[in-house]
Amino acid sequence: MSSKDSPAAPVEREKTTGLHKGDIVPGVAKVDPIIIADGIRRTFGGLTAVNVDHVEIPRNAITALIGPNGAGKTTLFNLLTGFDKPDAGKWTFDGHSLAGMGAHKVARLGQVRTFQLTKALGLLTVLENMKLGAKDQIGENIFRGMIPSLWRKQEAEIEERAIVLLKKFKLDAKSSDFAASLSGGQRKLLEMARALMSQPTLVMLDEPMAGVNPALTQSLLDHILDLKDEGMTVLFVEHDMHMVRHIADWVIVMAEGQVVAEGPPDQVMKNQAVIDAYLGSHQDVDLGVVTGRIEGELNTAAIDLAEEVKELDANIAKRKETGK
Amino acid sequence: MDILQILSNTGSSLIAPATIGYALAALGLAMHFGFTGLLNMGMAAFMAIGAYGYAISILTFGFPWWGGMLVGIGGSLVFALILGIPTLRLRGDYLAIVTIAAAEVVRLLFLTTTFDKYTGSADGLSGYHASFRSFNPIPDGTYGFGPWEYNANGWWVRIFGIAVLALAAFILWAVMRSPWGRVIKGIREDEDAVRALGKNVFSYKLQSLMLGGVFGAMGGIIYALPASVNPGVYVTSLTFFVYTALLLGGAATIFGPIIGSVIFWGVQTLLSNLLPALVNIGVLPFMTTTQSQTVRFILVGVALMLLVIYRPQGILGNKKELTFVK
Ligand SMILES: Nc1ncnc2c1ncn2[C@@H]1O[C@H](COP(=O)(O)OP(=O)(O)O)[C@@H](O)[C@H]1O
Ligand SMILES: [Mg+2]
Repeated sequence: MSSKDSPAAPVEREKTTGLHKGDIVPGVAKVDPIIIADGIRRTFGGLTAVNVDHVEIPRNAITALIGPNGAGKTTLFNLLTGFDKPDAGKWTFDGHSLAGMGAHKVARLGQVRTFQLTKALGLLTVLENMKLGAKDQIGENIFRGMIPSLWRKQEAEIEERAIVLLKKFKLDAKSSDFAASLSGGQRKLLEMARALMSQPTLVMLDEPMAGVNPALTQSLLDHILDLKDEGMTVLFVEHDMHMVRHIADWVIVMAEGQVVAEGPPDQVMKNQAVIDAYLGSHQDVDLGVVTGRIEGELNTAAIDLAEEVKELDANIAKRKETGK
Repeated sequence: MDILQILSNTGSSLIAPATIGYALAALGLAMHFGFTGLLNMGMAAFMAIGAYGYAISILTFGFPWWGGMLVGIGGSLVFALILGIPTLRLRGDYLAIVTIAAAEVVRLLFLTTTFDKYTGSADGLSGYHASFRSFNPIPDGTYGFGPWEYNANGWWVRIFGIAVLALAAFILWAVMRSPWGRVIKGIREDEDAVRALGKNVFSYKLQSLMLGGVFGAMGGIIYALPASVNPGVYVTSLTFFVYTALLLGGAATIFGPIIGSVIFWGVQTLLSNLLPALVNIGVLPFMTTTQSQTVRFILVGVALMLLVIYRPQGILGNKKELTFVK
């Protein structure tokens, strides 16, 4: 990687455009989709957590998946990555049908994920965490593992790659510490760096910024942007609209399990369905900032949103009356 | 009170076949619990399968000693598969419940009179020594000094046991320092994270269960090698004693289980000799010699509790590396 960008003065990088075909509606076809999902449904008892008719994720672009808490974003991630089984539906990744495939096989195909609740392996060192991420390790077979001469060379290569990535994520000074000793934000970084060790084609990040100290946020954003430059595809869940607007090329909005809107970030933010989706959930923090309940910085997107919020006040009141 | 005799018995217990058997089983539990995080509460069954597999194949089917050992090992591999395939997809606590139940089933199968012809039911099995002893390279006679004076057969069993133990410790060390071991430790920490990195977690857990199970079976064989197979040995408390030895030494270490077993048996032998002697000379007037044998096991329980509370990493463990009270 080049060192063209310094975290102090982020360069606004160019957005990828022209990702879709035809009119922008929820479920619009993409020019070059990496994931195509059809009829995915997942219910928990009586609750329909995910009910997506059709969605396509564009290749080599950064797609943000947004929506209020409980919209089904994490559940959709779990389904797409094989950590959960849908009641119905099929989907392909890079042309491979993934329905019914176990999580480890999905990951081997190059679709790796991180978790909303960070999973750093606490009692492994930071470097061991990283090495674990590498694919196709000879020494991971129990018999070959007993003969170090078979895997030493590969191990050295993996370690070299891990150190480069750790430097990039500013974790190199910690490489021999237990991951348990890292701060919450550093663990998020480690989890992401570890996922990159597997040289994936699609990186799925579930709330990568949650709990990350603001000083680290900018560098994390830069890392995500770098992934695209390196030819990867990114799908990430995020609540902070400022960040979404800053880095996403495409935004997909979920509410109550469905895809209610999608499009390029500036267009989606103005979309009625998006505002409705967010107003449908009173727990959302960004909404708190928008409506002034919580102190926070209003960016242009939020100001736009705030104005529309006011206009919609009457609308909400009516909704509440009808008991929805 | 014969202090010398007490000390001699204690010294002798340090390299007794029972101690070596425990050490092997504890190495198995280090694999299962210490490194992989699998709470196997059925180690006694692996030991029983090893011992019975060995004895039955010799007594009923006329196998040579090494054939009997292979049967014991094969049996433990099959048992690991039967136990693991349905349960390893479940979370940890279920495995503990299922293994404890499965171990009881195995014990009762060996105990029932239905298979008396093969298992000897409540009497157990004995008289299978000829083949093993016929391979003894040591000439007849008595060797050693002090507490460690044994005849040729006594040494043959001990030397063989120590060799097997050394091999098992080497294998455990070799696999745990490899990338395979890294995956295993990752599974102990968070199996979903490991799965997300493309590792077949189920297969690794099964391999761990099988490897540790083979160590347990060899432990059962060495335990039974010099004397007999007694169904009263393979009870659930055997599993707890092996856990005590493991935790004493350090669950996520290679030498911890061995040192733990040696200390466990040393202390057990010391107490079982010392307490009755103290009762006899009137130092412990409130108990009988029979009661003093029970007190021994109460002390084991108390020691296990204190260990878990105050030194969960064991003697050799690194406090940071394994505190199972997370
Ligand atoms: N394992 C589960 N069991 C029952 N309900 C669940 C489970 N996982 C998620 N849900 C429910 O599904 C809905 C969607 O959850 P989730 O996908 O976590 O939302 P998001 O990530 O968008 O905040 C929520 O109502 C949640 O309570
Ligand atoms: Mg979520």
